[in-house]
Amino acid sequence: MNLPALVLQLLLLLLLAPLVSGVIKNWKAKLQNRRGPRPWQVYFDLAKFLRKDMVISEHASWVFSFAPYVVFLTALLTGLMVPMVHTPAPLSLYGGVLAVVGLLALGRFFLALGGLDPASAFGGMGSSREMTLSAIAEPALMLAIFTVAITAKSTDLSQIALSTQSATGKLLNPAHVLAFAAMFVVLLAETGRIPVDNPATHLELTMIHEAMLLEYSGRHLAFMEWGASIKQLVLMTLFLNVFFPVGLAGPGAGAGALGLSLLAFLAKLLALSAAVVVVETTNAKLRLFRAPDLLSAAFVLATLALLSTFLFH
Amino acid sequence: MFVHDTLLNRLKRGCETMAYPAGPAPALPDRHGGALRVEAAKCQAGCAACVAVCPTEAITRPPNQAVALDLGRCIFCAECIKACPAGAITQTGDHRLAVRRRDDLVLGEAGREQLRLAVALDAKLRRLFGRSLKLRQVSAGGCNACEADTNVLGTIGWDLGRFGIQFVASPRHADGLLITGPVSKNMELALRKTYAAVPEPRIVIAVGACAIAGGPFVGHPQVNNGAGALVPVDLFIPGCPPHPLTILDGLLRLLGRLEDAPRRS
Amino acid sequence: MNAFPATLLIFALGAYVAGIAGALLFQRAERLANGIGFGLAAVGGFCGVLACASALATGAVTASQSFELFPSLIPFVRFSIHADALGCFFGMIVSLLGWALSIYSLGYARGYYGRKNVGVFGAGFNLLLLATTLVFLADHALFFLIAWEIMALTAYSLVSFEHEQEETRNAGVLFFVMSHLGTGCLILGFLLLFQASGSYGFDSFHALGNTLPAGRRNVVFLLFLIGFGVKAGMVPLHIWLPAAHPVAPSNVSALMSGVIVKTGIYGLTRVGFDFLGTPPNWWGVTVLTIGTISAVLGVLYALMEHDLKRLLAYHSIENIGIILMGLGAALMFRHSGHPVLASLALIAGLYHTLNHAVFKALLFLGAGAVLHATHTRNMEDMGGLAKRMRWTALFFLVGAVAISALPPLNGFVSEWLTYQSLLQGFGTTTRLIRLMFPLSGAMLALTGALAAACFVKAFGITFLAQPRSNPARHAHEAPFPMLLGQGILTAACVFLGLFPTLFLKLFDPLTQQLTGQQLSQQLTTANGLVLSGGGAQGGTVSTLGITLMLLCLLPVPLGLWLLFARRSRTRIAPTWDCGLRGLTPQMEYTATGFSKPLRMIFKALFRPRREVQREYDFSPYFATTLRFESHVEEVFQTRIYRPLRWLVLRASRRTRALQAGSIQAYLIYIFVTLLALLLFAL
Repeated sequence: MNLPALVLQLLLLLLLAPLVSGVIKNWKAKLQNRRGPRPWQVYFDLAKFLRKDMVISEHASWVFSFAPYVVFLTALLTGLMVPMVHTPAPLSLYGGVLAVVGLLALGRFFLALGGLDPASAFGGMGSSREMTLSAIAEPALMLAIFTVAITAKSTDLSQIALSTQSATGKLLNPAHVLAFAAMFVVLLAETGRIPVDNPATHLELTMIHEAMLLEYSGRHLAFMEWGASIKQLVLMTLFLNVFFPVGLAGPGAGAGALGLSLLAFLAKLLALSAAVVVVETTNAKLRLFRAPDLLSAAFVLATLALLSTFLFH
Repeated sequence: MFVHDTLLNRLKRGCETMAYPAGPAPALPDRHGGALRVEAAKCQAGCAACVAVCPTEAITRPPNQAVALDLGRCIFCAECIKACPAGAITQTGDHRLAVRRRDDLVLGEAGREQLRLAVALDAKLRRLFGRSLKLRQVSAGGCNACEADTNVLGTIGWDLGRFGIQFVASPRHADGLLITGPVSKNMELALRKTYAAVPEPRIVIAVGACAIAGGPFVGHPQVNNGAGALVPVDLFIPGCPPHPLTILDGLLRLLGRLEDAPRRS
Repeated sequence: MNAFPATLLIFALGAYVAGIAGALLFQRAERLANGIGFGLAAVGGFCGVLACASALATGAVTASQSFELFPSLIPFVRFSIHADALGCFFGMIVSLLGWALSIYSLGYARGYYGRKNVGVFGAGFNLLLLATTLVFLADHALFFLIAWEIMALTAYSLVSFEHEQEETRNAGVLFFVMSHLGTGCLILGFLLLFQASGSYGFDSFHALGNTLPAGRRNVVFLLFLIGFGVKAGMVPLHIWLPAAHPVAPSNVSALMSGVIVKTGIYGLTRVGFDFLGTPPNWWGVTVLTIGTISAVLGVLYALMEHDLKRLLAYHSIENIGIILMGLGAALMFRHSGHPVLASLALIAGLYHTLNHAVFKALLFLGAGAVLHATHTRNMEDMGGLAKRMRWTALFFLVGAVAISALPPLNGFVSEWLTYQSLLQGFGTTTRLIRLMFPLSGAMLALTGALAAACFVKAFGITFLAQPRSNPARHAHEAPFPMLLGQGILTAACVFLGLFPTLFLKLFDPLTQQLTGQQLSQQLTTANGLVLSGGGAQGGTVSTLGITLMLLCLLPVPLGLWLLFARRSRTRIAPTWDCGLRGLTPQMEYTATGFSKPLRMIFKALFRPRREVQREYDFSPYFATTLRFESHVEEVFQTRIYRPLRWLVLRASRRTRALQAGSIQAYLIYIFVTLLALLLFAL
């Protein structure tokens, strides 16, 4: 384990994640012809939530106060397992894609329990929807990743990235493209984006992720929001560096190469954010019971991706 | 090509948010005379013409004393201006109306002809809320006029979000309440509970004549004559309803973001 | 087997026998019967764990010999046992559970004082443990069947222990019928094997399948698949399981779900990997398919339950499915000649067998403690128990995280191994069938995610928020022995999760016996701290590392807290109720409501039916009373078993015509039969 790399990636995760959320919000506003909050607004929000007092429901048990830390820490830890600017990722040895998906699910498990704990109907509704949609999204996510994992003969994300990198012309392989598309849909669902969830909604009855957070305040809320943005960054990084590892620095890269790799990563991240913004701007949120259709379409795409690996081998 | 057309059109239109506060403030509509100026010194002795025409009893003139106009109760109908033979009450056209203290809204005597503008929160709160303020709106029996004008702040032209000010669904996420309406008896419990649900430190903003003093419903047994009766109010924004510009001005002043040099946000 | 574990094992069996005798002897003195019965069972379980685990760890099992327990007086039957690796592994599971469950039962059985005969209960429990242990160790087909029958009958009587309720009696009968359907298939299967080998000894069956003609071999396989499948509760033979497990006393439910269903897995492993030799491909494909279907359907039906114990019972079907996925993949690899992969898949399946036994028993014990405190199994009447039953809640939460296959606990480890074997299986063949592996993997992902949803519901509705009924409001923590039993299993969940590399060594003799491979070296890297999927660049995972890293990262939020929020205070306030007059338990989300989105999404399967009756005075929007009913169709009951039962009854009614009741007619039957036999003899 490479300690400086670990600390560096940790800082990158902590600091970059709110910025990505902020940039997306800012660009969305721009596409709505408004000026919008500054990209770094999320930092101000987080700092303020951290400093504020907390109000905790009288019905809540210890699970309620435990959940924000689980959500925050699991998101951080998964971030260290995904190669961001160099392979192998700092904690590559501790787990690959299965551990990443598992840890994010652990965070979600406690998030949903935290939603149920204060005895509010909104929280229960959010938990129910979140667990349902994530369950429907999971097979598509796994299948899309399996498509690349099988070619790399590994579930280690760094190995997968290396294998995708080494195969020239691989990026235009139909299997790869189909899995890429499936993964993008899952990404939208897992990060609570339109058309599955609306991060900007104020109406409790339409909420999914937000509904579980309605009872959280102060630093708990800060950790929940921060954790969510880190999770978003992790999934975006996974998406980018597993399916599109262009410019990713390899093992033993020097400082210059790492710098270039960081620039390439930021460029890819901004491009992906732009894609998310375009989707969010040009689509309406789907009715809850239409969202499974979208996710099963992603599953079908991933299955086709697998099928095409068979056909084109 | 719906997506393509939408995006292209949006990009062509560009930013439509107003330049204010970096640029000039948008003009108030003709019917809106802005803040009132009351010069009790001009009053003729014994004249109470304005007191009689005021529909909300905002103007008082006790015997042998100067006339006093409570902008907190005023619904800006301008009847008093027409009624005054001496021209003691005039419209200034100034949109800046928000104040921090309830008695700052009482105009008339010498030295208090005009409103004192709201001062910012103390340094500690300003550091906390200056760049991020989340409000929970409580419509405590409001007629939806103040609510609608508050809502306007969320539109493209005004874009409240650019200041880091946002309306949120849960009071747990909020830093304060923005109250409209006279606080009817039916909304009393709800207001108290919402206030209790907001984590400290918290602020309260009363918007409109109703929320400040009960407005046209003042004295009715079913209303509480404004939010001040139940919760401590930090900012009063008079009007019936206040113009969005007035509300925005009040919010920015409270956060200390208008005294500083015009800053691009 | 060395003298030490063998003696210990005999001692364990002796403790069970003594437990039976002691509990029956002192049945008049309840406290004494409880203490002796379950105390001796705990001793037996503990010795059994020590014996089996040490035999596996030291490799003593490979040298173990078959020996006769006591001389037989019945022809053809030898009461011989052979503690080989496979038997020892399952013996370890039953002993571990026996130990923890007996300690739990010391407290649980107190609930029966003055109501029921605790002595008989304790004796039955001991007998069940004894019979199950013997099922795993028996080395002779007839002895195996005798132990199997004793196990089934004891389980039947323990399931029906609270026979005052009609639901219990019906479930008992269903279990009895299904169980014997399975036993019938087993007897036929063993007879066919006997026909080929000329002996009932298990040693004579070893790799017998390779010498059998293909057709007969397939028949034998199918007979055993059905026979053991009934016991394991695989779909579509599962219907008895969600009926019988919940109505049993909770410690028996735990034993049933933890161990008794595993006898099916034991049998399939024994037959599939020991007796029947190199399998044709379709066996593995069948088992993998059944496993996948069982896993998905099990968890989907579990989600629809609001009876806490039925919910857990359906999860047994799901987990049996996951185990079968491992076994099926192993059979396919065995067919294609990949012994290393076959071992990996086998380890995945058997590790999950162990893990499922531990966390499912833990969850049933938690459910038992809840039942003990609230006197209801209906989750809609629970809530708020986390504050009233702190320890039980904590233990149940650990079990819930484990069964949802979330890192770093044990469920994650075995599912991780299953994923690894499935993904690596893709490379074993170039035929289209290989798509099955990743698709099964995706279904496993679906199962895991749905299980997480289900346990958010199970834990959240049961333990969190406001109590929904008076008993829940006045619930109390379980007595100490019940907590200790749960604590042992909780610790086991944590250890099996955090130190899988240690436990992998136990599988070496086992895979050596069944596939001729030892994988523990290959599956661990980094000084035994990291679990590897085999292969040089394959995946790795370290649950221990994950746990330690989570602790190492804890200073990040704590530091932020100190940095920003040192002076912030916390206030307790009512839940945000939108300014209404306070929230009541009726406004909480219910278990039925929680699973509604899934009920809608999978409505083709569930065929949900709901009835709403509103009574109102002046406007339908202001109902005075409201009755809501929601039903889910159990497809297998209505589409398979009900028509089947109808057919059987109709056929029986037809044949009843033969039974006219007149002696003359019967004499004619005998005469005709005799003639026919004579003609046949000619």
